Amino acid sequence: MKGLFARFGVGVALALELLFFGILSPHFFTPDNLLNVSLQISITAIIAAGMTLVILTGGIDLSVGSLVAISGVLSTSVLRMDAPYTLALPIAVLAGAAIGMGSGFAAGVFVTRFRITPFIVTLALMTIWRGTAFVYTEGRPVWELPESFAFLGAGRVVGIPFPTIVMVIVFFVVHVVLTRTRFGRYVYAVGGNVEAARLAGIRTSRVLTVVYVISGGLAAVSGILLASRMNSGQPNAGLMYELDVIAAVVVGGTSLNGGRGTVVGTLIGSMLIGVLRNGLNLLDVESYVQQVVVGAVILTAVLLDRMRSS
Amino acid sequence: MIPLLEMQEIVKQYPGVRALDGVTFELRAGEVHCLVGENGAGKSTLIKILAGALQSDAGTICINGAQVDIRTPSVAQSIGIGVIYQDPHLVPELDVAENIFLGHEPLVGASPFVDARRMHDEASSILARLGERIPTQTRSSDLTVAQRQIVEIARALSRKVKVLVFDEPTAPLTGRETENLFRLIGDLRHQGVGIVYISHRLEEILRIADRITVLRDGRRVVSVDADGVTIPQLVQWMVGRELSEEYPVIDRQVAEEVLRIEGLANARLRNIDLALHRGEILGVGGLVGAGRTEFVRAIFGADAITAGHMLLRGKPYMPRDPADAIAQGLGLLTEDRNGLGLFLQLSIRENLSISSLLQYIRRGVIDADAERRRVAEFVDALRVRPPNSELRVDTLSGGNRQKVVLARWLAANSDVLIFDEPTVGIDVGVKYEIYVLMNELAKEGKAIMVVSSDLNELIGISDRIAVMCDGRIAGILPRSEATNDAVMTLATAFASIEGAHA
Repeated sequence: MKGLFARFGVGVALALELLFFGILSPHFFTPDNLLNVSLQISITAIIAAGMTLVILTGGIDLSVGSLVAISGVLSTSVLRMDAPYTLALPIAVLAGAAIGMGSGFAAGVFVTRFRITPFIVTLALMTIWRGTAFVYTEGRPVWELPESFAFLGAGRVVGIPFPTIVMVIVFFVVHVVLTRTRFGRYVYAVGGNVEAARLAGIRTSRVLTVVYVISGGLAAVSGILLASRMNSGQPNAGLMYELDVIAAVVVGGTSLNGGRGTVVGTLIGSMLIGVLRNGLNLLDVESYVQQVVVGAVILTAVLLDRMRSS
Repeated sequence: MIPLLEMQEIVKQYPGVRALDGVTFELRAGEVHCLVGENGAGKSTLIKILAGALQSDAGTICINGAQVDIRTPSVAQSIGIGVIYQDPHLVPELDVAENIFLGHEPLVGASPFVDARRMHDEASSILARLGERIPTQTRSSDLTVAQRQIVEIARALSRKVKVLVFDEPTAPLTGRETENLFRLIGDLRHQGVGIVYISHRLEEILRIADRITVLRDGRRVVSVDADGVTIPQLVQWMVGRELSEEYPVIDRQVAEEVLRIEGLANARLRNIDLALHRGEILGVGGLVGAGRTEFVRAIFGADAITAGHMLLRGKPYMPRDPADAIAQGLGLLTEDRNGLGLFLQLSIRENLSISSLLQYIRRGVIDADAERRRVAEFVDALRVRPPNSELRVDTLSGGNRQKVVLARWLAANSDVLIFDEPTVGIDVGVKYEIYVLMNELAKEGKAIMVVSSDLNELIGISDRIAVMCDGRIAGILPRSEATNDAVMTLATAFASIEGAHA
């Protein structure tokens, strides 16, 4: 048991959890339920992939929840404009992505050029974008969207939910970037020791900025998927997502100090939390009690990971 | 006579390694007992056991003949054992007196309130006993490294210390500060404190030691009176064989100019002119604070340059940042190997290839096989031990870490190599290997610049020595004129030197 955990870490915890709910609930291991879980975790997991990069550099991005809202509101507003859908959709997606990446770029500039800590920069952006989403919509959801827009968040390709497919692609790409590219190597180096990275010839400002752009961009992708799923652009969408996302990354074994962790771990961390919520629902556990259990599991998972690495 | 401290047959076993294999160490009151050995010989393990930071697996410790069980650092402190580390651990926001009495503040009667006046009075009197006049209200973040060490010593004295351990105390100190520390150690000795002194600097050890214990591979080689011991003798005990030469024979040809520096200046540098040639090892000497590190950082693009110009291979050279300098063939081995040179949580391979990854990119991704092969070549050529590129670099000894940084620049095809204090904290045996490597690289036509505080090293390996003082070049000595005296005269050429490192 101990040796198993040392090898696979939080993956073992996930396997135990699957086994536990599989035994207790007959509905748990049905394909429908598993696809449903994947759909439920996809929105935050996609953001968590970007957050992993940020945390690996030793930073944090608190603005992602608000970016979900502003990108969803902006994209849906574009869709409501008088344009043929085939033209409006790409523009809507681009507009959403642009605001996410633009915000990430701004965060990168404040962090690298003005040397303000990421926590403060993204905390400010978090409230700025949340406020902007409410001001822009006057506090009302953006309704009456083209019906076909619902596909992004609720559609299926050969039975698999579209957001699940997006999630798998995002994780695959981020995994390859982290493990196989120069940029990925630089992310670990910058997170391990930023001054040593600079002296090794890494343009650290560039690496940091790109990481926030990716995080903002992926938050926007999730924002658009979520808007589609709710069939509306909601200014209060994605509230507190930043915390769920950070929890998934940390449970997945990535160190908040930077330099250590993997995106595969983040995927497992997202699944661990998602499966837990799903299983507790199937077992009719009251939602307030669920919060207590989720918190306890997060602490336990991180504690086990700490024991493993020491 | 019962010794002050007796450590008998101490054993410490780690998975796969026996760090201490029955080591016996004995300290008398009022003596300076030096502990020497290469990295990994077991010195720090022994000290950690004495300080309560580690537990031994077997063996006994007696103080004044009575057996003690040092389970925690606070037990060690309460029985009068103090350790002064190379980089003192003070709380930066607290003042000198608060740091000295941290954890045992004098209180007003039985109240929870600190008796500040008494604390400052007692702190002053302890400092006076050390012959130091540091105001007790100074915040410790405003102190120099040397002053912080003194505060650490005062802290130990405030706890009525009987055994005081110095772990490489002089590494961050200037010559003058070192003299002061030795005077202080002499005083403490006369007051009956038993002193354990650890250093890599053998000259230093022969100067202050009453007795010397040499460790090798977790065993005690010898414990002797220091009288009559010579450096070659010490080295032989440490490495277990005789080292015939301290420095390799210089048999290389200095060729054409590679780098010309004219009127270089910034906040710490003034009007520096210097030329570096292919096949040359150019030493850069001077006291700590003379601007040597600032000088090489400026050349490397790590610090801003405000005036002057440079020519690299005949073309104008003004690096925007280190990436720019590296692209043009420079490499810097930083003074602070662990803090600035390496990524301690990454592997040998990742550390080695970080500055040359472009070479292995195929279709956008790193060709892992090509990278491994190239890294293995360097690990092999430089004899990095152990020769496993996937090991985390923080498992290596100082000398092997230095080889990894050097290999990084060789992999990046750097031909102007700048070594800042290349052998600090490196074992005698590996030191020689590094000198040989530098010599070979110069022979291959690379241009090498070496900053060093070790005068013998500087004189032993350099073709020429540029001596810095107060941000300027005070003079350049050819090999034939490079003596300790000549270098020191230039190093103190300008009167304002005191201000430069205060």
